[in-house]
Amino acid sequence: MALLEIRDLGVSFDTPDGTVNAVNGVSLSLDKGKTLGIVGESGSGKSQLAFSIMGLLAKNGRARGSVMFDGREILNAPPAVINPIRANNIAMIFQDPMTSLNAYMRVSDQMAEVLVHHKGMSKSAAVAESVRMLDAVKIPDAKGRIRLYPHEFSGGMRQRVMIAMSLLCRPELLIADEPTTALDVTVQAQIMTLLADLQRDFHMATILITHDLGVVAGFCEEVLVLYGGQVMEQSPVDPLFQQPSHPYTRGLLRAIPRVDQEGEELDSIPGAPPNMTREQKGCPFAPRCDYAGDDCLEYLSPLTEFEPGRKRACNRKVEELA
Amino acid sequence: MTEPLLRVEDLRVTFLLRSEGDMPWTPPRKLHAVGGVNFELFAGETLGIVGESGCGKSTLARALVQMVPATGKAIWHGKTDLLSLSRREMLKYRADIQMVFQDPLASLNPRMTVGQIIAEPLRTHRPNLSRDDVKTKVKQMMDRVGLLPNQINRYPHEFSGGQCQRIGIARALIVEPKLLICDEPVSALDVSIQAQVINLLAELQRDLGLSMIFIAHDLSVVKHISDRVMVLYLGKTMEVATSHDLYSEPQHPYTQALLSAVPIPDPVSERDKVMIPLEGDLPSPLNPPSGCVFRTRCPRAEARCADVVPELTCAAHAVACHFPGPLVKAGKLVEPA
Repeated sequence: MALLEIRDLGVSFDTPDGTVNAVNGVSLSLDKGKTLGIVGESGSGKSQLAFSIMGLLAKNGRARGSVMFDGREILNAPPAVINPIRANNIAMIFQDPMTSLNAYMRVSDQMAEVLVHHKGMSKSAAVAESVRMLDAVKIPDAKGRIRLYPHEFSGGMRQRVMIAMSLLCRPELLIADEPTTALDVTVQAQIMTLLADLQRDFHMATILITHDLGVVAGFCEEVLVLYGGQVMEQSPVDPLFQQPSHPYTRGLLRAIPRVDQEGEELDSIPGAPPNMTREQKGCPFAPRCDYAGDDCLEYLSPLTEFEPGRKRACNRKVEELA
Repeated sequence: MTEPLLRVEDLRVTFLLRSEGDMPWTPPRKLHAVGGVNFELFAGETLGIVGESGCGKSTLARALVQMVPATGKAIWHGKTDLLSLSRREMLKYRADIQMVFQDPLASLNPRMTVGQIIAEPLRTHRPNLSRDDVKTKVKQMMDRVGLLPNQINRYPHEFSGGQCQRIGIARALIVEPKLLICDEPVSALDVSIQAQVINLLAELQRDLGLSMIFIAHDLSVVKHISDRVMVLYLGKTMEVATSHDLYSEPQHPYTQALLSAVPIPDPVSERDKVMIPLEGDLPSPLNPPSGCVFRTRCPRAEARCADVVPELTCAAHAVACHFPGPLVKAGKLVEPA
């Protein structure tokens, strides 16, 4: 049985300008110890997808569909059900470590709090365990620095503290929402190496949400490409990059300048991402797609397997994409 | 050799900092944001400037247009030193040097229409133009950067990030500058939009014969658009070379580490890649390391690096390092000798 099984998940928000459908019918499953990348541009619904799993949607947000964790339904579950799971089974790290850490509390206090509250440990045992975890994320002089406040750490170190904190209860699933976007490349490389090591050592399933295809290429086994709240393509990482099967994925890969190649003109994707307040009909990518026909504005074929292990949602056949 | 459009000599920017608890008589601490940078920029050339946050790349750009006070020289056209001009004298040159900023929406006045925003530099620098001429010019420029001229009466919030950046570019180009300074112009944009703006900048640069200083932290973007690239670290130049040389044969350990840290969108090359590990964070610019500023994180640092500041060599491929040369040979890290 899969660790996480999402069926037909939809997320919508009631706003004064109408209903925003951020996520439309996303299905995925993730096995124990596997890594899944969710790639998309801003507004593709990738963060809201993660928030809905954790029950962290804003007040005006509604989620429908089904999210099964270890055989239990956790979507829209009451706090009595979701809270123990959030504590012991699923952990999340966010983009901006400074806003996710409490600026008024010493790192020791906020880390120990997790263990005291969820595991019933004594304060001193909890602090000792926290120090061990800070060592595991390679913070030098963890014992001394645990007494500091978040602002006394650099950006990369803060993200390490966040990671250490999320691992305290040994989660089976870690959701990392753009964990390195705010960091410099050299620090990003350090953090991604660390995450890969921890993921292996703790044998956690990991969902990495990012806009950076390069980060996905280095970290994930499986990739989900989101656009306009829908899954465009799902594939193991190697074939996705070698033979992208969806016009959007192809466009995206051609639009990225690369350090390891001499550049000609970039093939940009014309137009702009869809306005999610409008009613979605057809393929969200159709207005920007070179291969779109009239049918694409009317309906979008459901996500179907076209090769073992690979799925795509497109009205055109793979062979039709030159 | 022709005279460069801009020759920068020993440009330094120093900020004086007073912390809260200081007594009135304690001398303020000095933060050297840019510590003696030299470069030349020729007409029609694009110089890329890369580095991590806090390396002084934005401060350098701002210093060139006197947005922050700087010492040293910035010789314009072999004659005028931009840094020694008074505010009034500088005004003459402002039309020649224009800037495009990082945050597209924040750099546009939300209470002005697009037409007013783009026309504003014209009203300052070409006050003799008639209203009709201004309007025609604005519409032409909007068309040129890929905006619809009938959007002239809209406000910035009605546009997407990519379009706002086009407005910023139009505003910069309307006075026909010779030098365009782009400070992280695409880092706030999505990948698919980023490519549109990069292509637009490259095309405009080619067609108008602009010189460009292109500042970004994204090494792949800089590689794509620049003729030459300068790598900064803690306000000092580490390496300058043509884009091709710098990326194919980086000599400075920092450049090599920086390049190896860039994730490549290709799982196979990503797996084979040899990472040059860079431990720790950027040191505080308030208290930079002695000698070579990079030595605290350098895999090749020796005692000499702490004592002697390495000078930037005078070559087409210039390096400031006592022990330059590749760290990776035949897919393996070279062991320190």
